[in-house]
Amino acid sequence: MADKILYAMYDDDDVLKKGAKLLVSKGIKVSEVFTPFPVHGLDPIIGIRNTRLGIMAFIYGLLGLTIATYGMRYFMIVDWPMDIGGKPNGTYLENFLAFVPISFEFTVLCAAHGLALTYFLKNKTLPGVKASNPDPRTTDDKFVVELRASENTNFTVEELQELVKTTGIVELDQRDI
Amino acid sequence: MHKEAAIREPLILGHKTYHDISSDIIRPIEDKAPRMWYVLFTIALILGLYGIGAILYLIGTGVGVWGMNKTINWAWDITNFVWWVGIGHAGTLISAVLLLFRQRWRFAINRSAEAMTIFAVFMAGVYPMIHMGRIWMAYFVFPLPNQFGSLWVNFNSPLLWDVFAISTYLSVSVVFWYCGLIPDFATIRDRVKKPLQKKMYSILAFGWSGRAKQWNRFELISLVLAGLATPLVFSVHSVVSFDFATSLVPGWHSTIFPPYFVAGAVFSGFAMVQTLMIILRKAFHLEAYLHTRHIEYMNIVIIVTGGIVAIAYIAEFFMGWYTGIDYENFAYMSWGNATTEYAWAFWTLILCNIITPQFLWIRKLRRNLTATFIISLIVNTGMWFERYVIIVTSLHRDYLPSSWSMQYPTHIDVAVFLGTIGIFTAFYLLFARYFPIMPIAELKTILKTSGESYKKAQLSETHEENH
Repeated sequence: MADKILYAMYDDDDVLKKGAKLLVSKGIKVSEVFTPFPVHGLDPIIGIRNTRLGIMAFIYGLLGLTIATYGMRYFMIVDWPMDIGGKPNGTYLENFLAFVPISFEFTVLCAAHGLALTYFLKNKTLPGVKASNPDPRTTDDKFVVELRASENTNFTVEELQELVKTTGIVELDQRDI
Repeated sequence: MHKEAAIREPLILGHKTYHDISSDIIRPIEDKAPRMWYVLFTIALILGLYGIGAILYLIGTGVGVWGMNKTINWAWDITNFVWWVGIGHAGTLISAVLLLFRQRWRFAINRSAEAMTIFAVFMAGVYPMIHMGRIWMAYFVFPLPNQFGSLWVNFNSPLLWDVFAISTYLSVSVVFWYCGLIPDFATIRDRVKKPLQKKMYSILAFGWSGRAKQWNRFELISLVLAGLATPLVFSVHSVVSFDFATSLVPGWHSTIFPPYFVAGAVFSGFAMVQTLMIILRKAFHLEAYLHTRHIEYMNIVIIVTGGIVAIAYIAEFFMGWYTGIDYENFAYMSWGNATTEYAWAFWTLILCNIITPQFLWIRKLRRNLTATFIISLIVNTGMWFERYVIIVTSLHRDYLPSSWSMQYPTHIDVAVFLGTIGIFTAFYLLFARYFPIMPIAELKTILKTSGESYKKAQLSETHEENH
């Protein structure tokens, strides 16, 4: 599908936020913003909801805790109970104190690695992936707002350009795909 | 948004723009390395190879080449292990704990402290591995199904807890470090001109584009990983201390060990950060980002943790005396130990760890780079002696006077220790040369709240408003 994309470049994060706010208030949909660092307060303006990765970390942690609990119960209580110096392993609960450190470590291990993997997959940041920022300066000191004509059918491309130019941009680029 | 009082000393000195920050941090990667770098790298490499040679000889011959005996059956190996793990503590503490407390001065040091952590834990890992004697059986520490029937590792043993604690700490630290590095690799990727460099950094950057949603996730995982890593920091050294605290040896079997080891680890970790960062900031001209304010904050952490360590020593000393048991009089913190063969080690420890850090109460010294550098070196030495004194001197008087013994390090003991210092330094030099040593993206987030020129502008504005 043919589409026109506008890339509006800002050189300051506060101007960017003001600009984005103005565009959104006019009913324009901002499809993406590329920034060199996390700009606080930008997400609610352009309608990005908070990520739910935290919930995933909790689930991975629970998974790790379960594996550690079942594993240690199997190794130490069921499969090969030991009696060292007249101190038998007994039941899981009787031996629980000795299992606390590894239960904790394994919970953290699974939560952290599960979280990081999910983060890489969701972000599509993996070894060998090509970068998709429109301008190399967006990882240095420039901020780029992306507007798509197909998502803003109420406006013509010229109207969009006019509006964007009022927000204090430093460069405007247009690409057809 | 976070606001900081205009009169508070800025974190970033001078007039910097976002672009300046990228340039300042990436310049050492783009430029040719200074001659000093090659000199240091060669020395480190030679030391490292010397250590590797000693390790190969050790593996080929047996652990007997170390200067241990039946009475003192743990000596330099575990001393060096605990020393390195302790140094490896500051990195994740700085990034994780200081992140949770929203301490923005951490940005000057967190990246390199994390690198230091990872390399130090690598070095720590060497010692238990070679201590096994048959290093090719090292995988036996994991609960793997095997051909000997149901032979599992003993989950009741603190040594096994250590395996899990250290490997979790190492791998989580690596993930934490790398997640933070990705956006900065992207900055380097978009900046460098040479094709090979561009290729390498595009692979390392994982295709990071800086989309708003990516940053949203980035901030969350930084926070969650910090939340996970914080208890991990405290658990790791607690577990290391369990190796001693759960034993029956006088001097080791103290319930105070976990908190005291953690404080000691933070103490030595921060000292090592000071040692390394004072050199790095000078070599890479990063004086604007790491200056007296940061140094002073780190010195305050050193006084606090050093104070905790000192109180723990006193408690040990008192409890040993209070029990009235003769064997306790030869434990590491005891009158017996302070006045017999190992008195020199005991008093070195007291001098380095308790007396020297007290100079940091003086504000002038706390903000003086040379003084800080010297004190940090002394603290590092002191922390090595702490472990040596705890381990060796607590063991050297056995229950039977006929077993009393002394420990004399052999050439191999020294070579392995120097070797790990060499390998660590080589890794660290490579990191300093090819990786961004400060978090570029995160420094940019504090520029407007804590940059000197922005603060001045803010001050003059409020000044005008008042008139």
